[in-house]
Amino acid sequence: MALDKATVTKIARLARVRVAESDKDGLAGELSGILAFIEQLNEIDTKGVEPMTSVVAMPLPRREDKVTDGGKQDDILANAPEKTAGFFTIPKVIE
Amino acid sequence: MTSLTDLTLAEARDGLRAKKFSAAELARAHVDAMIAARPLNAFISETPVIAKAMADESDKRIARGDARPLEGLPLAIKDLFCTKGVRTTAASHILEPFVPTYESTVTQKLWNDGAVMLGKVNLDEFAMGSSNETSYFGPVENPWRKPGDNKSRVPGGSSGGSAAAVSARFALAATGTDTGGSIRQPAAFCGIVGIKPTYGRCSRFGIVAFASSLDQAGPMTRTVKDAAIMLRSMCGFDPKDSTSVDMAVPDFEKALTGNIRGLKVGIPEEYRVDGMPKEIEAIWTKGAEWLKAAGAILKPVKLPLTKYALPTYYIVAPAECSSNLARYDGVRFGLREKGEDLTAMYEGTRASGFGREVRRRILIGTYVLSAGYYDAYYLKAQRVRTLIARDFENAFKEVDVLLTPTAPSSAFARGEKTADPIAMYLNDVFTVPASLAGLPGISVPAGLSSDGLPLGLQLIGRAYDEETVLRTAGVLEQAANFTAKPQTWWKQ
Repeated sequence: MALDKATVTKIARLARVRVAESDKDGLAGELSGILAFIEQLNEIDTKGVEPMTSVVAMPLPRREDKVTDGGKQDDILANAPEKTAGFFTIPKVIE
Repeated sequence: MTSLTDLTLAEARDGLRAKKFSAAELARAHVDAMIAARPLNAFISETPVIAKAMADESDKRIARGDARPLEGLPLAIKDLFCTKGVRTTAASHILEPFVPTYESTVTQKLWNDGAVMLGKVNLDEFAMGSSNETSYFGPVENPWRKPGDNKSRVPGGSSGGSAAAVSARFALAATGTDTGGSIRQPAAFCGIVGIKPTYGRCSRFGIVAFASSLDQAGPMTRTVKDAAIMLRSMCGFDPKDSTSVDMAVPDFEKALTGNIRGLKVGIPEEYRVDGMPKEIEAIWTKGAEWLKAAGAILKPVKLPLTKYALPTYYIVAPAECSSNLARYDGVRFGLREKGEDLTAMYEGTRASGFGREVRRRILIGTYVLSAGYYDAYYLKAQRVRTLIARDFENAFKEVDVLLTPTAPSSAFARGEKTADPIAMYLNDVFTVPASLAGLPGISVPAGLSSDGLPLGLQLIGRAYDEETVLRTAGVLEQAANFTAKPQTWWKQ
């Protein structure tokens, strides 16, 4: 399926990646090329085939439901672009 | 005496134990070579001070007879492994300022076994690429060039810095990661050995995630024996990775018996792709003959869905990439671009922080996961993936290991494939199928192309059967007797 400019705008918004208006046509072309390539899969009959959920057959490991780690506020904030009083800070979201 | 940087990992290990040289001398020789090789742009961060401190500790250990398996051996670490206190960028602008406060499990295991860190090596941004040209820190040069030609060749990717460092002899070995061929293809392009173990063998904890159901770490070395030694240190169960497999790690070095008498080697016909260069076909045939001469039984096998592996991969990998990379939002770590509101900050940060190929994959991934398309693309791909894994299962009922070329060409020139994403993706045509099925695969240097560039052969094994893969690789390596080295043009 060929992607148009409106679809590029929509998915860029969903992905929270700003795309310049002047880039949208080029990108629509590139992404359509990739989609045409992956759509080869329509040639295969997959009726009744389970989708792969785990690449190696193994049960999900379980552990006791208890806290094993924590108390690392400084570590967690160490790379924050902006922080205040032990919190991450972001632009205002409520007026 | 051989120069210290020309030793294999195994020779360096034995030399240190026999006290022929010190770990400090070995580290110094590699740091000097690393500095001399700066024109290759293989390193993002050099860590000579850490190397010195670790080497001094190793010398103390060796002096008191307490050497660990990798004691004093200088390694390059792909800049996708988090290293505590050492900047880890994933070759992306968005992680340019990131200094982890924790260590990846795989690197921790290497340090626990005594290895020495030389620095963090370059890669394609977030490991997305097959030529190391998408790095924010600039492309890596392949140490190999055509004789008499000074045109830059790509080292392959994404583990291009790792491959260049090992090939050009400024690291004894390096860590790599492989999602669709990122260890094996650069190993082939740079004339070295690279093994991607079975999915689940190496912990993914602390490795910057690209596509979690495919990502797997592995060693990149100059010999099969070195790969076996380093792989043993890298593998092992880790409760911090829910897909880490709780299984004993064999002594892989012991698997290198050199005996493959009676081993059944499958030759998958579907890997003879259209337009494959004659010399790739020739080296593949030669590889099969070498194994046969060593007593293996060759058998043609069928992997009918081979041609659908790449399209499957280019749904699954971007889908997982788009979810994994959602975490880069300018809030908790990495780059932040100011915006008038939260959404503008997110969109601006991600637009300037990610490079072109990464943005392209995030958008494709977002599209195939979006409402109305999820079943048609993502679920369809996961169903085909089941069938591809089944193909391998059927093949492994008849044979013990598969022999294929690693890549459809030798190292291409820089810029040759950057204009067309699909042309770039086709580089991984032989490596992606095993990744989708989670199987172990190794690339072994097998010879030179007519224009003097390395060519690799790939062996693919059953899940958790790295031992057969390595044993066969050892035989292939011995028969190929690949002794060629790149000209050291960067030292002039």
